[in-house]
Amino acid sequence: MGSLFSAKNKEVFSTPISMNNPVTVQVLGICSALAVTSKLEPAIVMGLSVTIITAFSNVVISLIRKTIPNRIRIIVQLVVVAALVTIVSELLKAFAYDVSVQLSVYVGLIITNCILMGRLEAFAMANGPWESCLDGLGNGLGYAKILVIVAFIRELLGSGTLLGFNILNYDAIKNAGYVNNGLMLMPPMALIIVACLIWYQRAKHKELQDNE
Amino acid sequence: MKALRNYIDKIKPNFEEGGKFHALRSVFEGFESFLFVSNATSKTGTHIHDAIDSKRIMSLVVIALLPALLFGMYNVGYQHYHATGLEGSFIEMFGYGFLAVLPKIIVSYVVGLGIEFVVAQWKKEEIQEGFLVSGLLIPMIVPVDCPLWMLAVATAFSVIFAKEVFGGTGMNIFNPALITRAFLFFAYPTKMSGDTVWVASDSIFGLGKTVDGLTAATPLGIAKVAEAPAFSWDMVIGLIPGSIGETSVIAIAIGAVILLWTGVASWKTMLSVFVGGAFMGWLFNVIGPDTAIANMPWYEHLCLGGFCFGAVFMATDPVTSSRTENGKYIYGFLIGAMAIIIRVLNPGYPEGMMLAILLMNIFAPLIDYVVVQNNISRRMKRAMSNK
Repeated sequence: MGSLFSAKNKEVFSTPISMNNPVTVQVLGICSALAVTSKLEPAIVMGLSVTIITAFSNVVISLIRKTIPNRIRIIVQLVVVAALVTIVSELLKAFAYDVSVQLSVYVGLIITNCILMGRLEAFAMANGPWESCLDGLGNGLGYAKILVIVAFIRELLGSGTLLGFNILNYDAIKNAGYVNNGLMLMPPMALIIVACLIWYQRAKHKELQDNE
Repeated sequence: MKALRNYIDKIKPNFEEGGKFHALRSVFEGFESFLFVSNATSKTGTHIHDAIDSKRIMSLVVIALLPALLFGMYNVGYQHYHATGLEGSFIEMFGYGFLAVLPKIIVSYVVGLGIEFVVAQWKKEEIQEGFLVSGLLIPMIVPVDCPLWMLAVATAFSVIFAKEVFGGTGMNIFNPALITRAFLFFAYPTKMSGDTVWVASDSIFGLGKTVDGLTAATPLGIAKVAEAPAFSWDMVIGLIPGSIGETSVIAIAIGAVILLWTGVASWKTMLSVFVGGAFMGWLFNVIGPDTAIANMPWYEHLCLGGFCFGAVFMATDPVTSSRTENGKYIYGFLIGAMAIIIRVLNPGYPEGMMLAILLMNIFAPLIDYVVVQNNISRRMKRAMSNK
């Protein structure tokens, strides 16, 4: 297993945040990235929820990976994820009710988030619990990072606020003729912003470009 | 002409590889081939060149747009003088409209062509001419009160995301001018619809007068919330509130004649849009819901809003419409029908032409595919039966 923070383990944690980002490179988890990013607060909560659930489910599946019969592994994974999602959902309802109302069904839909199933299948089924934990955290944070960037742009330009605080909605700005961009609050704009992030990342890193 | 040619030949070396203005070569190339048909010939293989290239086609469309644009300017002035109760001569009204519309045209061209120049320079390509038409279409399909910065943002958005990312002129799926309008429509609905944006409310250089809270609804907007206005000749002439270039059926008809006579636009697409709209309008008259807009006579549907303008200048866009001859009938008919369906059945939008054309832009390749496949299988059957 090596030391806890060996170079390889660090890489397992850090590549999903940047060079192998689940959203911008693997293009997974797009649906919730469109749905919850019109405001910054739910995006942060959603990102953290997915991070926690991915990390814990990775650890649990990694621990029992040798006992899971291969033919029913998806069902076992789903049961673990569903249990964790339910716990997170109940916690949100108990301690952050407003946000859980805003997130509505999307917390429950974390069960079907492609990133989770992908990490369980591709990583946790073949690696030890500590690496799996780092991988889950890395992928969750990579997802959260994109969500926060998208939500930052959308809330600032769409509503003129950040985390609910007023940034652009002052009379002086209004009188100068500025109007908030309503399209930013609609899902298509999230797709376009994600596309721009992908564009930026690929333009910057030659190794990500397809050589066809 | 001769002198101009000589002058261009004289300054040309400056823009070639190693010349001092090499960085501006795409700009130079753009202007040169705008003024003179390129003499470049292909070096290999057999090619057939039409004498008319895409810059000449674009110039023809711009000429066809001029009647609607000039009338739109007059109508902007007419609506302002009418709503503020001022007396004004024809010259004053036209002058007012001219001054109100001109900044929009400049903004649209500067932003759009600016991006095209940068992209052409960056990709080491020639400047593509498609924006010559889009740049004039954009100011003609927005309300007169649309602020310039919004127009600039929307133009930049559509040139980048509807055109350049797909590969530039000729490669776009959607009509860039309509994407500009769609962006404005969804991003800034208060400045694109309602009853306060259709009449200019400020005085310009002493012409007209500034009045707060001027309201005037378009006939379609009125039909949506109250009674459908009775058909009047003003709707045909174009003296009604609306987007700048869309109101006059007569001016658009002149443009349509130019486009059809020169063969730039397809009469099949144009005709079938009107047939589709008339059929759907008639269908709603007969069996539609009992609302004011559904009961509006079908010929009134065709005269109002952006229907004519869309049918003549947008639906016939050679890049985004169907290219197969039979496909053009289907494409046009569905645009006309969809536009009326959106007008009548969607409670939110009084006008449906923009969304109908954008929707059918998506389906144009599919229509072409079906038509081509049908043709293949029909001929295959014939070949097999002759054996």
